[in-house]
Amino acid sequence: MSFERIKEKLNILADAAKYDVSCSSSGSDRTNTNKGLGNATPMGICHSYTEDGRCISLLKILLTNHCIFDCAYCVTRKSNDIKRAAFKIQEVVDLTINFYRRNYIEGLFLSSGIFKSPDHTMERLVAVAKKLRLDKNYNGYIHLKSIPGASDELMYEAGLYADRLSVNIEVPTISGLKLLAPDKKHEDFTKPMRKVQHEIVRYKAEKRIIKSTPKFAPAGQSTQMIIGATGETDKDIMYSAHHYYTQYQMRRVYYSGYVPVAEDSRLPAIGSQVPMLRENRLYQTDWLLRFYGFGVQEILNNEHPNLDMDVDPKLGWALRNLHLFPIDINRADKGMLARIPGVGMQSVGKILNARRFRKLNWGHLKKIGIALNRAKYFIICDSNQWENHELEPQKIKGIILKNSVGKFRKNYSSQLQLFN
Amino acid sequence: MDNTRILIYDGSFNGFLTAVFKAFEERINVADIQRNGQAQNALFSDTEIIFTQMDKAKRVWNGVQNKSNTAIKNIYFAFLSEHKGIELLLYRYIQKLFASQVSVHSDYSDTIVLKISQLAKNVGREKHRMEAFVRFQLTKDAIYFANIEPDFNVLPLISKHFRSRYVDQHWLIYDIKRKYGLYYNLQTVEIVSLNLNEVYANSIHKSDRFLGEEYSYQDLWANYFRSTHIKSRINKKLHTQHIPKRYWKYLSEKKQAV
Repeated sequence: MSFERIKEKLNILADAAKYDVSCSSSGSDRTNTNKGLGNATPMGICHSYTEDGRCISLLKILLTNHCIFDCAYCVTRKSNDIKRAAFKIQEVVDLTINFYRRNYIEGLFLSSGIFKSPDHTMERLVAVAKKLRLDKNYNGYIHLKSIPGASDELMYEAGLYADRLSVNIEVPTISGLKLLAPDKKHEDFTKPMRKVQHEIVRYKAEKRIIKSTPKFAPAGQSTQMIIGATGETDKDIMYSAHHYYTQYQMRRVYYSGYVPVAEDSRLPAIGSQVPMLRENRLYQTDWLLRFYGFGVQEILNNEHPNLDMDVDPKLGWALRNLHLFPIDINRADKGMLARIPGVGMQSVGKILNARRFRKLNWGHLKKIGIALNRAKYFIICDSNQWENHELEPQKIKGIILKNSVGKFRKNYSSQLQLFN
Repeated sequence: MDNTRILIYDGSFNGFLTAVFKAFEERINVADIQRNGQAQNALFSDTEIIFTQMDKAKRVWNGVQNKSNTAIKNIYFAFLSEHKGIELLLYRYIQKLFASQVSVHSDYSDTIVLKISQLAKNVGREKHRMEAFVRFQLTKDAIYFANIEPDFNVLPLISKHFRSRYVDQHWLIYDIKRKYGLYYNLQTVEIVSLNLNEVYANSIHKSDRFLGEEYSYQDLWANYFRSTHIKSRINKKLHTQHIPKRYWKYLSEKKQAV
């Protein structure tokens, strides 16, 4: 194997794949069989981190960056003048195995530009996974991209070898899709998703009856949306995410602040700032929906189509619903505890455990690790000292912002800077 | 009679548990439990040397385990933190566990319980980091070899992970700080100590103990690592938060930065 040639290809094809945000290696529990190589740990492992602070868990590459489509947001689109390359199947297999044996990675994330036809491309992706599983007895993690428009038969085969499958819907609204990716239809994205979802449900049902039923995409499906490319509201994004969580049982929806990669009148210009704060707020909302028991309508609705930029979504919600507070730490149920700003699910668990032994006061709460600077306006505990709960929402927000720092603060501070 | 004593044990976990057993059995008023070699003379207490007895240690282990699985895990993890004064803290923790009918290990409003669970958490985090940051290098004897230098003594904790993952290759993970390692010979994992006169960090300096191909793969990996950065989103602070600088020495992708 010529290392120089491989290096060149790896540079091109890893560079093009990096805009896929997903790098999780969790959610699968494949064990090592027949003294083979590797296993998948349910919690996943990040082996390294990029300089922009994202996890590197998988070898994330494209099989090729040749593409017949011309989607405006994509760096590998047909009309973009960039270097093109393609890996051979064997090269990807060797690279994966050798990286894996050195404990560099948890597994492979294989995506591809679409060459010739969707089916032709999907077939090659499946071939890589199949070779790893059957020839190399490899039990590590494999994430395959479902190519929009791929046939049901190929999607079925992909699920047999991969741990996770994903289709990036990229543009959260159908009108946006028409504008930016005129060659693709909305159905091309949802059809493979639907097929995989049905198969997962079917395999799970069979597994209940026959223990030896093989795994089918044990880490489920995920998808990704680009943020800030088509002028959509936060409500559009989160309602769409909610749709995919409930209708397609997605494990994760990823939000990716649009990084300008091309001069195009339909898109933000090259050099414009990546909406990282907005991305952060969307992830916070996503967590509130998945782990904190919030409904999407509670946080985003017609009166509030966008998230607050200056405070986190939970604090924003609490300030709009002050009539529900203060909450008694020593009495409230789990669901209400989770709604207190500054209290995370870890702290909720600790509070529930600790209050069985004694009534909790400010000292206990501080040691447990809740963010009292935010929480203290919304709770009472075993103490006769508490914050004045008669304050107006604006006033509370003002005090909290004044007494805290945030790395994004400069982006939205309306106060005039004295020295600058 | 005042039964105040300092117990000296051999530094092993079982030795510590034997000391705990002894203290309970003889109703010793424990002034401190110290590791052999790190013991300090105290003016007003007698010292007693404890010899490790597996059966005694086992009884303490089972006793705690019957109380709670979380508690025994926390005790073992916190012990491996090698935190100064951890032995006495753990002894008080075990006293608490046995003194109460309910499961005290979840009483996070208690200072000792909270401290132990936080130490256990720190060790757990280091364990997870080591599972991620070990970088094997293939030697000419076909052994995948890695140096590590963890903050806590986590080798016993990561053994299972590597044993169940790299079943079909010889591997050796060596803790430079504590001077012992784990070697897997395709059947079992054994504890080894080596005379390393050179630290095989993933440095730019090439050692002839490794295959030439090894350096090509390190090069490919470092290259891949560089191409994953998104220039317009660089956040060095977050980067070092995830990979603290003390680990860089052993990460092949960071060798240029060291």
